[in-house]
Amino acid sequence: MNVWIAVIATGLGCYALKLGGLVTPQRVLDDPRVRRFTDLVPVALLTALIAVQALADGRDLEFDGPRMAGLGAAVAALLLRAPFLVVLAVAAGVAAGLRLLL
Amino acid sequence: MVSTDEVTTTAEENAASSAARSAAIRDGLGVGLAVGVSGLAFGAAAVTAGLSVAQACVLSLLTFTGASQFALAGVIGGGGGLVAGTLGAVLLGGRNALYGLRLAELLRVRGWRRLLTAQGVIDESTAVATAQPDRESARVGFYVTAISLYLTWNLTTLAGAAGASRLGDPDTFGLDALGPAVFLALLWPRLAAGRTEIKVAVAAAVLAIAATPLLPPGVPVMLAAAAALIGFLPGRRGESRDEKRAGGQA
Repeated sequence: MNVWIAVIATGLGCYALKLGGLVTPQRVLDDPRVRRFTDLVPVALLTALIAVQALADGRDLEFDGPRMAGLGAAVAALLLRAPFLVVLAVAAGVAAGLRLLL
Repeated sequence: MVSTDEVTTTAEENAASSAARSAAIRDGLGVGLAVGVSGLAFGAAAVTAGLSVAQACVLSLLTFTGASQFALAGVIGGGGGLVAGTLGAVLLGGRNALYGLRLAELLRVRGWRRLLTAQGVIDESTAVATAQPDRESARVGFYVTAISLYLTWNLTTLAGAAGASRLGDPDTFGLDALGPAVFLALLWPRLAAGRTEIKVAVAAAVLAIAATPLLPPGVPVMLAAAAALIGFLPGRRGESRDEKRAGGQA
């Protein structure tokens, strides 16, 4: 298979999945059980994403000091009720600053 | 983008909802611009893996979901089979279908507009939309995030692919801490408000980390969607999430 075909097939396949969720009939989504599931799915997926982005490198688990310090600083900023953009700046700033120093 | 059906609301409600919309715009632009910079890393990785600049750009334009794009580039770079690589990359896009289920209800978009809206259904836009206090600001947050991230992601893909070697390591700028911090900050209000949400979050994180050494990258996150089933546990835990949200631990 040509790389171009792989590129276009990946694009179309991913688009089809995005559209598939969005065009699900409303009466299916109105079912209380479906609603509870779809309401909690973003919480599950996004937390899993946080965990994997923080601790995994491919299939390996790793503990990267500056990255974890950046995330820790983000948690501290959130506990102090810092605005969203401040939280992001603190996370990136602490990780980048520590890498510069270490 | 501003709704026109607010004539019946009071002045206070208007002020509150316009403040919520402004916050949604600010969040969306922040996420769009900050996360969009990661396109540099994708562009560079794609060209290093052997894709042409044009192929890297078309992949970003059509696919527009980072995990799948990195996965395909990884397989091509590692000399893996293109059929398996394509299937794996598309499988990773599966979580966007799950997001779509939630967003369909939140965005209430109809007809041909769904064809355009669908391309914007990704982690970041879902995170911003579901973090908003009402449907209107969720809609605003979704579109601001999706459009600003689409533009940034594609421009930085081109920049990263064209000038791959001249750019430093994105980790130097702390971008590896920025990604998870974005999702953490957006999830924070929901985690602070609901006991079921916390259980789902902890179970999802444990599942994903436990599965990471065993399964190809990306699959553990999909698997963690199963943690949402905790909402169905019988008895006091699953039954009254909304009541707990109101009176639960903060």
